[in-house]
Amino acid sequence: MSDQADMLSPDGEANIIETEYEVGQDNIQTNIGPFGLDIHNPVFMISGLTIVAFVLFTLAFQDAAGPFFNDLRGTITSIFDWFFLSAANIFVILCLVLIVTPLGKVRLGGTEAVPEYSYTGWFAMLFAAGMGIGLMFYGVSEPISHFSSSLAEGAGSPESWAPLAGAAGNEAEAQRLGMAATIFHWGLHPWAIYAVVALALALFSYNKGLPLTIRSIFYPIFGERVWGWTGHIIDTLAVFATLFGLATSLGYGAEQANAGLEFLFGWTVTDTSKVFLIIAITAIALISVVAGLDAGVKRLSEINMVLAAMLLLFVTLVGPTTEIIRGFFANLGAYAEYLPSLSNPFGRADDNFRQGWTSFYWAWWISWSPFVGMFIARVSRGRTVREFITCVLIIPSLVSVFWMTAFGGTAISQIVNDGYTAVSDASLELKLFVMLDQLPLAQITSFIGIILVIVFFVTSSDSGSLVIDTITAGGKVDAPVPQRVFWACFEGLVAIALLLGGGLGALQAAAVSTGLPFTLILLLACYAIIKGLRSEPR
Amino acid sequence: MYKKIMVPVDLAHADRLDKALTTAADLSRHYKIPVCYVGITATTPGPVAHTPEEFKSKLDAFAKDEGAKRGIDASSLAKVSHDPSVDLDETLVSALNEIGADLVVMASHVPGVPEHIFASNAGYLASHAPVSVLVVR
Repeated sequence: MSDQADMLSPDGEANIIETEYEVGQDNIQTNIGPFGLDIHNPVFMISGLTIVAFVLFTLAFQDAAGPFFNDLRGTITSIFDWFFLSAANIFVILCLVLIVTPLGKVRLGGTEAVPEYSYTGWFAMLFAAGMGIGLMFYGVSEPISHFSSSLAEGAGSPESWAPLAGAAGNEAEAQRLGMAATIFHWGLHPWAIYAVVALALALFSYNKGLPLTIRSIFYPIFGERVWGWTGHIIDTLAVFATLFGLATSLGYGAEQANAGLEFLFGWTVTDTSKVFLIIAITAIALISVVAGLDAGVKRLSEINMVLAAMLLLFVTLVGPTTEIIRGFFANLGAYAEYLPSLSNPFGRADDNFRQGWTSFYWAWWISWSPFVGMFIARVSRGRTVREFITCVLIIPSLVSVFWMTAFGGTAISQIVNDGYTAVSDASLELKLFVMLDQLPLAQITSFIGIILVIVFFVTSSDSGSLVIDTITAGGKVDAPVPQRVFWACFEGLVAIALLLGGGLGALQAAAVSTGLPFTLILLLACYAIIKGLRSEPR
Repeated sequence: MYKKIMVPVDLAHADRLDKALTTAADLSRHYKIPVCYVGITATTPGPVAHTPEEFKSKLDAFAKDEGAKRGIDASSLAKVSHDPSVDLDETLVSALNEIGADLVVMASHVPGVPEHIFASNAGYLASHAPVSVLVVR
């Protein structure tokens, strides 16, 4: 790494890495019919072909593939639970340290760089990419699961799924523990995982001048070798995790949206209707992809943020308002109280909870991190590290707490105070709608819920295509539009193939399994971040 | 008849631009008007430059060089685009308004941005810009 800040300096001062590599030097520019292409040769071909091969394998050997990948996931999340938990703790600590130390003053893009997006646009995009859809799925169901398992007889025994020792028979304590455990999975830890990847990418791209792909983070470790096969493998793995993560989510998302539509309008759930939904979501995503970052994904994210805020406000005002507001602070307190024991990787008895929930979640967030992190990096130029981490770690965590309190809290209150148990009896994808059903204007709010699910998927598919396209174009962001169209369609096709042929679960398990190698990658990224930030002017 | 010529350039493929550059320079001398070279970059590192700032200085050097070589009054304008694959055309139109040019001379496609099915850049500009556009083939 060179210390000289020469004419290459970005806006103001920064410390560029001198490398012989030129962005796009390994790219092939060619025309296939009317379509122009500008692709990174090994990465595009290998990831494309591997994905096709994997899908074919899963479809052809479904009986063997399903159990194989599920076993693989189970083994990984139970044997390496201590590793996932410890790594996630390290990410949180690193982020908190960066906020308070002088390294937080470093500005992404150089000392004089100015932010490109307003706070609202920026926040909307990072929230939609980060977990928008998950909050729709789990906002009601997860607090109820932890609450019920903690309350049940035998909570704390080896068979129980309760967090920690549970709170058998103690309703108030079960509620606190259930909320704390849920917030633990949706609070600081997942956002710290995203923040690490996003910060590393932004730093090495905007301040160090390396291409915007995952391999650039490893320059301090592998040097020039990152431009060779070492880097090709890292990037291919990132494409793989992103595409399978997106395709399986798209499949499950179609199932939830369809279940919601059936609940609301009595549309029967068939394979045809699910395929139709995937095609519709992909079609909207295509329009958005072609419209570009500003007119497409940014606008959709803003619309979604407004809709989600309205729904949150509605549930808060119409539901048990004072209970929710009091609950917000009480849950923050419970989170703080249980955080040390929930995040402790060693010497715990709650195997089912720790391995089946926490370890699985961490692996899942980590396998999503190349996608979300890269997208966050793309829109974060001009922010200081301190500002960046505050907005990527602290604020989303608080929003998650509020969201879980409002949705989960209302549902628990329905069970505890009103004796309305339909929510806990409903299937996973219906819990949200069943909860809303007890509140006024259920038809309208459920409809908004379905719209939110669909639009969150559109933004995921859209930003995912942007990310995959950038990685497979060797970090170029000006590759021809048909390439993005290709990836967006490809995602839809993979999702349809898996939905019809079975194997959504198997490939989700495969995607989660990529969490293990990526955890190593992220730990190396922590080292690279510290090393990179220390050489930056502040 | 004209006040200022805008010439969109792609620095990654400046060698392929010669015909358009020569045409622009001839017109510039004929009408005794200045030429402004416009380049568009993303904020992320690309083949031409690591940063927008570096891109700007390279474009500036290119304009000075062209001005001296061809004996014309040349300046440059670097525009930053969030998503150049899609926003290129609109960014060119906004550059046109910013520099107040009333004649555009450009290669049929800004070379290096491969042809795609949606529209050619020159085609878009010719139909959306309020000024004359000379497309050099």
